[in-house]
Amino acid sequence: MNQVEEILTTHRRGFLKSAGMLLVGYAAFDAKAQTPGPYRDPDFHQLDSWIVIHEDNSATFYVGKTDLGQGTGTGFRQLMSDELDIAFDRTTCIMGSTDNTVDQGGSGGSTAMERESPVMRRVAAEARRTLLEMGAARLGVPVDQVAVNDAVITAKADATKRVTYGQLVAGKKFNVTLTGANIGAVTGQAKIKAVQDLKYTGQPLLRDDLAGKVDGTTKWAVDVKPAGMVHARNVKPPFACAKLTGIDESSVNKLPGFIKVLSKGNYVAVVCEREEQAIRAARALKTTWEKPATAPFPTSENLFNYLRTATPTSTSRPITNGDADAAFASAATKLEAEYQIPFQGHTAFAGAHATADPSNGQMTVYTNDMKSYGMRRGVATFLGLPLDRVRVVWMQGPQGYGRTAADDAGCEAAWIAQQINRPVRMQWMREEETAWDTKGPAFLVKMRAGLDASGKLVAYDYNARSCDYGHVGYNEPDTVLIAQLMGIRPARPGAGSTATPNDMYSIPNRKVGGDVVSLPNPWETPLRLGNLRDPNGPQSTFAAESFLDEIAAASKTDPLELRLQLLGADKTDDNGFRRARSIAVLKAAADAYGWDTRPSPKPRATGNILTGRGIAYTFRGLTMVAVITEVEVNRQTGHVYTKRLVCAHDCGLVVNPLSLRRTIECGSLYGLSRALHEEVKFDTEKVTSLDWFSHPSLRHADTPERIDIVLVNGDPNPARPDLPAYGGGEAMLKPLMAAIGNAIYDATGVRIRRVPFRDDRVLAALKAAGV
Amino acid sequence: MAKLDLKVNGRSHTVDVDPATPLLYVLRNDLGLQGPRFGCGLGQCGACTVIINGNATRSCILPVSNATAEITTLEGLAVNGKLHPLQQAWLDEQVPQCGFCQNGQIMTAKVLLDKNPRPTRAQVVDAMNQTLCRCMTYYRVQTAIERAARVMAGGAA
Repeated sequence: MNQVEEILTTHRRGFLKSAGMLLVGYAAFDAKAQTPGPYRDPDFHQLDSWIVIHEDNSATFYVGKTDLGQGTGTGFRQLMSDELDIAFDRTTCIMGSTDNTVDQGGSGGSTAMERESPVMRRVAAEARRTLLEMGAARLGVPVDQVAVNDAVITAKADATKRVTYGQLVAGKKFNVTLTGANIGAVTGQAKIKAVQDLKYTGQPLLRDDLAGKVDGTTKWAVDVKPAGMVHARNVKPPFACAKLTGIDESSVNKLPGFIKVLSKGNYVAVVCEREEQAIRAARALKTTWEKPATAPFPTSENLFNYLRTATPTSTSRPITNGDADAAFASAATKLEAEYQIPFQGHTAFAGAHATADPSNGQMTVYTNDMKSYGMRRGVATFLGLPLDRVRVVWMQGPQGYGRTAADDAGCEAAWIAQQINRPVRMQWMREEETAWDTKGPAFLVKMRAGLDASGKLVAYDYNARSCDYGHVGYNEPDTVLIAQLMGIRPARPGAGSTATPNDMYSIPNRKVGGDVVSLPNPWETPLRLGNLRDPNGPQSTFAAESFLDEIAAASKTDPLELRLQLLGADKTDDNGFRRARSIAVLKAAADAYGWDTRPSPKPRATGNILTGRGIAYTFRGLTMVAVITEVEVNRQTGHVYTKRLVCAHDCGLVVNPLSLRRTIECGSLYGLSRALHEEVKFDTEKVTSLDWFSHPSLRHADTPERIDIVLVNGDPNPARPDLPAYGGGEAMLKPLMAAIGNAIYDATGVRIRRVPFRDDRVLAALKAAGV
Repeated sequence: MAKLDLKVNGRSHTVDVDPATPLLYVLRNDLGLQGPRFGCGLGQCGACTVIINGNATRSCILPVSNATAEITTLEGLAVNGKLHPLQQAWLDEQVPQCGFCQNGQIMTAKVLLDKNPRPTRAQVVDAMNQTLCRCMTYYRVQTAIERAARVMAGGAA
């Protein structure tokens, strides 16, 4: 085991580890220069790339995913321990280190369990099959005459004949070749087990990474300290699309610890011996910049006027059934509304960071980048290094909500390390991160609906404008910010995307579509678009599920009842049984909440505090979710407090119900944060949201008194087969904006079509409506 | 640069740094105590929290020369290898998601319980409200604090 593997294994071992082991591992990790490579890709056709059996009869699993704090590492151990037939406590898992783990893409799209759990189960099953063959040969009995329990193989006829996995492998390799055209298709000869035969899967096991996170022993990407490491800080342009016209190095070169100012194009960084010295020098460096000839964007106050009139860069073909325009024209009741969602920042809890070590002619980047493989390719191309001289070691990091899919610090640290030929740590500061991180796209959604004379919904039209042009990729060497600032450009900006509602409603005449629009200048701007945790889902769901409540109110129908009517109007279903499972999550949420059937709004109460309840439902892929919130609206202040939150959730097979519940709980509160607080503000040349006051986030005081999570996992029809695991990482946060907006409407009778529901916005809406 | 004496988690250290250096960087980079972490550098989030004179202190904005009293960091909470009841409650409740902010949550909660062993939920919220978590573990943090308070009072978890 090399030293990087050693530390990764050691600090993932969680409750098994001792402080002494960790100290040894970390000291070795600190002191040694990196081995020179080459770092070849682990061969995905070799079983040894996925699983190592140790002489002490323990196993290490190598998973090319990253765990962003939802416990997927523990989940993979559960699945693989089951298939391998080894005690969970005798296993460890190494994740996302490009020279040790097969390129499974890192993380993204909530697909870790959905796409990769079958792969990991197949390789573990093949290891078990191989070990049983080896064991049978060792014991001198046919393979169908051996049994295995917790990595000990016995002869069925004579239990004293036994051999352990560790004795069979004894530090050697499997040398078993797998088949499959690509990593996602890799397989052996063995079949995976039936779900009912899985012992650890489905159990609420404790996460293996938490012990070190509460006692301070976890080593994070921010903690890496190669020998001779120095510190770098960026000097960002003071406004978007600025041209650097001068650097006065004499403003910093006498400061203590000063090493170098580095600059190319419009990129500027300062390197010093110590961290506080680098911070001071970056702040002190005098630079001059030229403004662009035209404003790079409208102000945040003027954004939606801009989006309404901008020429689209692309238009999606609408998905239609029936004739929505004709049905709308002849409808007895017509509804029209426009919904607005501003840019929301990733605002990672701590700024982008990475440490790069250029020793021995190689480049190692220690990072919390969720897509370490993408970063490796990006760094190699950006620096002009052969791919096998670059490796990226994924380590734990602060929550970034997808920011680390397009992390900027890795390429910056690597470039600086190459320039100065010393290990260097790059860390973005708070105001730099909040201003210049990637943003989730702003949406403007136009909704129309028509009801017939009986109040039945007969026409539905959804049209979104997504400000997503120039969406950046995963550490691409031509879209990462340092490359942009150095003047490097891809052939064309990322096309971006829009989104249509995810629901299973049957509406006779329906049209849904959208356009992508662009800001005036997509390059070298802090309004850069990137994948925010669920990139477009909260936006489209806010418009669609709020407007559905408007339709319910117009027809004086209970909002849950209308949803169930629209879902029940057609009996056909798809392969994922999404219609039946949509109905199931809605009913489960309503049961847990204690929903009473009545139309919204409720009769307005007297007093300062108005209470109301709101429901919203959607799906993401094959994961279904329904949310009910109960709010208190203070009519004197406009403050919205969410007193209760119910989330009913169905993501198929549950690998670990405890970590899934925590993920849903926290993800729902993240949705609440975006509903109540989050918005990027800017003038025509720079972002003015710079910290936790100017870009606020949810706080302890916003936490609901009661949260109910209902796992509705599985198909409601018991006659149908087990569902596989679907994604559990993002679906839950999509309905929150709509659920809160609907609850505010229920409480006050006022429909607010613009998030976030900050006090001043809510108060203005209440006053305008005479509440 | 100046030679300064620091007492951290019961051990004495002498460091040679600019006295204006925020305590956080000295703890992390000179003393290898990496429980406190950089989140904002502005005293807004709490990731860097240490305990000085019984108060939750934001080490990212405290000049090291002002840290003359004994400092306790996350690494100093366990006694003889036994986790503090708060840390144990954090594991029992499975509080963290990414875990990066949890130093601030645990250290701030420690000061709260030291001053008020049986806080109401409203008092918990009030004491914790300036300590941010971007994974939104707030509900579970509050639950874990109440669990730890029960255990420390001799009750059942």
